[in-house]
Amino acid sequence: MIKMINIVYRLKSPKFFEESIDEIELDGVIVRPSHLSICQADQRYYQGSRPAEVLEKKLPMALIHEGIGEVVFDNSGEFKSGDKVVMIPNTPMGEDVCRANYSYNSKFRGSGFDGFTSDLVKMDSDRLVKLPDDFNPHVSAFIELISVAYQGISKFSEIAITPKDVLGVWGDGNLGFITALFLKEKFPESKVLVFGKHLDNLNLFSFVDGTYQIHNVPDDLAIDHAFECVGSSASQSAIDQIIDLINPQGTINLFGVSEYPIPINTRMVLEKGLAIQGNSRSEREDFIGVVETLEQNPQLFEHLEKLVTNICVIHSLNDLKEAFDKDYISHFGKTILRWNK
Amino acid sequence: MIFAAILAGGIGSRMGGTDTPKQFLTLGNKPVIIHTIEKFVINENIDKIIVLTPNNFINHTNHLIKEYIGDNEDIIVIEGGQTRNDTLMNSIKYIDENFGIDDDSIILTHDSVRPFVTHRIIEDNIYAAKKYGACDTVIPATDTIVESVNGETIESIPVRDYYYQGQTPQSFNIKKLFNLMSSLTEAETNILTDACKIFTLKDEDVHLVKGEVTNIKITYPYDLKLANTILDDKND
Repeated sequence: MIKMINIVYRLKSPKFFEESIDEIELDGVIVRPSHLSICQADQRYYQGSRPAEVLEKKLPMALIHEGIGEVVFDNSGEFKSGDKVVMIPNTPMGEDVCRANYSYNSKFRGSGFDGFTSDLVKMDSDRLVKLPDDFNPHVSAFIELISVAYQGISKFSEIAITPKDVLGVWGDGNLGFITALFLKEKFPESKVLVFGKHLDNLNLFSFVDGTYQIHNVPDDLAIDHAFECVGSSASQSAIDQIIDLINPQGTINLFGVSEYPIPINTRMVLEKGLAIQGNSRSEREDFIGVVETLEQNPQLFEHLEKLVTNICVIHSLNDLKEAFDKDYISHFGKTILRWNK
Repeated sequence: MIFAAILAGGIGSRMGGTDTPKQFLTLGNKPVIIHTIEKFVINENIDKIIVLTPNNFINHTNHLIKEYIGDNEDIIVIEGGQTRNDTLMNSIKYIDENFGIDDDSIILTHDSVRPFVTHRIIEDNIYAAKKYGACDTVIPATDTIVESVNGETIESIPVRDYYYQGQTPQSFNIKKLFNLMSSLTEAETNILTDACKIFTLKDEDVHLVKGEVTNIKITYPYDLKLANTILDDKND
């Protein structure tokens, strides 16, 4: 197979990026990244907060798994040069009986192999979904994150057997915001309540039916199903509160990533007959679902734009470093990289 | 139309120890010049790629392109000239005779021995040449530049912040370039070492495009060794 030289910008060690020369095969679609978005997972590599043995094994590696770009060249003929596309970071390497985003046979960009910070990215055509030209590029940059919420909501719909009258979302960060927004979109008849710690953040959830600070929840409040978008060690208190407030046979949908094992009150899980479902990453059908939903409901962009808190133009590796530093001190929202490197 | 001229006219006098021009030496698993041409082949904004080589390397270059890239009617190999500017002039004449030159036609001229050029640099060149009429790819100078006329003592040390190292591509509006080249006196022609100088001599603006430290030119045997090492390094 013909290989072409490509320049990749990798994290060599925490807080240190380097240029490296790589080669890409020309048998797929060649994409030039245009807008990328920093995820907590990238930040954990950049800050060096992953365990040392993980860093040693995975670095050097290009970060970033959320992003869009323009097609430069396509051997398959499926795309035209100049087509705007969202890139799917999950990359199945073989068949499996489960969804490909949970398969051991899948690799993930910016985790198992290089992410999107490079001059060009080579992808198979099924790892790309075409975007309408009029989509806001800053919001489109984090369609991957939206697709994670989307796939969680789709899976929830399949397992929930009790009414969906009251849906509770725990977490007032980016994923909580997106999950609440898409729950409201998919289940307009349901009441969506958000539980968080930060009043400033909760005030931005203007589209939901109610917001509560976690230390100030009415005693008689009950929910039918819960979505945990908290993560880290704080997941424990969130899950505790969910188990307290949830009605019997409800579902608890977990989204928050934690570096630590989280204890769960299994006695009450048994007593209430609860179902706990884990969620991570997403697959092609979720990306297509998100693009279609946004196309049919352009007003969603208005809400999602609130999440765009930093837009950084990246001309150099120093710009990239500054963007990560800026993102780290932001307590809410997404940092978007306009990729000019 | 948008043209790329790959300048492979040099015989590599600085390379030493080999009779093969440096652009035909192997980098990784194929010749340097093929790596370079590929960067322009995948850019669908570029209509034609003109490769300019010494006369006795035209057939060889054609064979290499056929072997590594395949049949591609958008790549044309023609003879370069004695100097860089002769080579550039040959490409412009070829374009004029075969495709015609309109007001919007631009040409990206690129060293065949800079295989690490990025897609971003090429795109920025197209944009700047269309918008400003001329551009040069540069990186800020990192070493201090000293000026010495006699080669023995320092004449001056310019402020480094104002100095850049020139890379390629250098890109131009073809009509503008042709008109300026035709208006040069013999004395002016003799001091031309760089196509952008044609513009600066005639007080025409040349826009700067940001290069990359990785966009190195393979000039000395050391460069090729280094390039091969970093290309091999990727699998470590």
